[in-house]
Amino acid sequence: MIVTLAFYAFAAVLIAAAAMVVLARNPVHAVLFLILAFFNAAALFLLAGAEFLAMILVIVYVGAVAVLFLFVVMMLDVNFTELREGFVRYLPIGAVVGIVLAAELLFIASVWSLSAEAPRLLAEPTPPGLDNTTALGRVLYTDYFYLFQASGVILLIAMIGAIVLTLRDRPGVKRQDVGAQTARRPQETLAMVKMRPGSGMIVIPKPETVRGTEREPLSEPTGHGGH
Amino acid sequence: MDGFLGTPLGHFLFVVAAILSITVPVLLGVAYLTYAERKVLASIQLRQGPNVVGPFGLLQPIADAVKLLMKETVIPSGANRGLFLFAPMLTFSLALIAWAVIPFGPGLVLADINVGILYLFAISSLGVYGIIIAGWASNSKYAFLGALRSAAQMVSYEVSIGFVIITVLLCVGSLNLSRVVEAQANLWFIVPLFPMFVVFFISALAETNRAPFDLPEGESEIVAGFFVEYSSMAFAMFFLGEYANMILMSAMTTILFLGGWLPPAEIAPLTWIPGPVWFGLKIAFCLFIFLWVRATFPRYRYDQLMRLGWKVFLPVSLVWVVLTAGTLKVMGWLPTGA
Repeated sequence: MIVTLAFYAFAAVLIAAAAMVVLARNPVHAVLFLILAFFNAAALFLLAGAEFLAMILVIVYVGAVAVLFLFVVMMLDVNFTELREGFVRYLPIGAVVGIVLAAELLFIASVWSLSAEAPRLLAEPTPPGLDNTTALGRVLYTDYFYLFQASGVILLIAMIGAIVLTLRDRPGVKRQDVGAQTARRPQETLAMVKMRPGSGMIVIPKPETVRGTEREPLSEPTGHGGH
Repeated sequence: MDGFLGTPLGHFLFVVAAILSITVPVLLGVAYLTYAERKVLASIQLRQGPNVVGPFGLLQPIADAVKLLMKETVIPSGANRGLFLFAPMLTFSLALIAWAVIPFGPGLVLADINVGILYLFAISSLGVYGIIIAGWASNSKYAFLGALRSAAQMVSYEVSIGFVIITVLLCVGSLNLSRVVEAQANLWFIVPLFPMFVVFFISALAETNRAPFDLPEGESEIVAGFFVEYSSMAFAMFFLGEYANMILMSAMTTILFLGGWLPPAEIAPLTWIPGPVWFGLKIAFCLFIFLWVRATFPRYRYDQLMRLGWKVFLPVSLVWVVLTAGTLKVMGWLPTGA
């Protein structure tokens, strides 16, 4: 009884939050409602006994993806009135897309049928004696290993694509190169100079100065002894 | 008594009592962690520390709490009121609900769930929301900068924490925290996985925004970062949440690497001390390192912080995952699981 009540409570909040994602005026509020929706979906997973999926949903979507969403939405300087300006103009196109999607869904739903295996699998989602995490691991890493790896490679390619698209090397930016710093030796950077008292300091320019080319001369010869 | 506990009401009261018996010590621990922090920092800097309120200054945390309670809650006029007040509550409650799955001794755990370690990881990855929401809702430049820094930092270090957890899980073969502790009965994981322990501990420092990674609240540049606009109870909740998170991270370190409630060796005088006491002692030791680090190291520069997270810890922990998995497989030590 309590489980049924909890299911309806979570499902209701999930749908309400999902609606608010679309309806909220403030994009930051929309993202926060999206997070609420994720949480309720995780709770539904828990009720269905899929605790691993619930935790992964929270970790991946709430803990990482939504943080980036929020980050971007907060950084964007969005003009809310401007956002709503084209609403009426684009309404017909949006309505057409929505109707097409709804029609497709209805079409699918009208010919939907469960496979003969389904009732048995529903009654016993994991093999007896295995917890849900182990069962998932068996399926992903033993039965469908190559498909799983292939999906990983696809994601990797997407990631590399995103990096290639956004990576640009601006000239003139000074960056710390720890390798170059630790590779420097005292002999290359220091020179022992014998000074006669009161003679002033003469700087001998060094031949090896890759980094030093854009820098001003370190010290001018001065009248008094050393610095 | 058993009959009463069997009824729904009895069960409910029992769970409430169990929750209270965890949260009250945690909150007391937070109060005295602030005292310990001030005393330890004082000793390291050859000072006295708080010594006026009560014997040895022991009532100082209570005086501080009362002072914060009496102050006025100020809400900036440009702030988003609802979210502004929601953020500290979120930080505070997240810091407390994670304790539900922490095993204090054999069988001494509120919720003995199968995916306990994922639950902890999920909760600790949510901690960033309190900070981002606070920074955004304050409608202040400093708070926003602090929140952005914090978000980038916490997301970066979560990745290596995830890999460290995977390494430990490979050696345990279960996601249940009690199993993780029991798997260390012969050898604490700090010995074979020492580099991972170091990575985990430093990442925990970054994840809790502690020195030397306290850029989000770097008072020399952005005043106090994300909680610059907060006062009174709202500030106190952030403060409590931050320190409760420190204790939580120490508890995670203890469970993953220091053998949880297990004594260092199964020898007579050591086994007389009950498990929860060992657990508390180990947490206290980790917390001391937190304070020691704060007193010793200067703050990182932000680009160095990011470099450490992405270019040092991530590859190191990834290589260790592969190494550990390979070693376990080749030597046939792989736990069978479930």
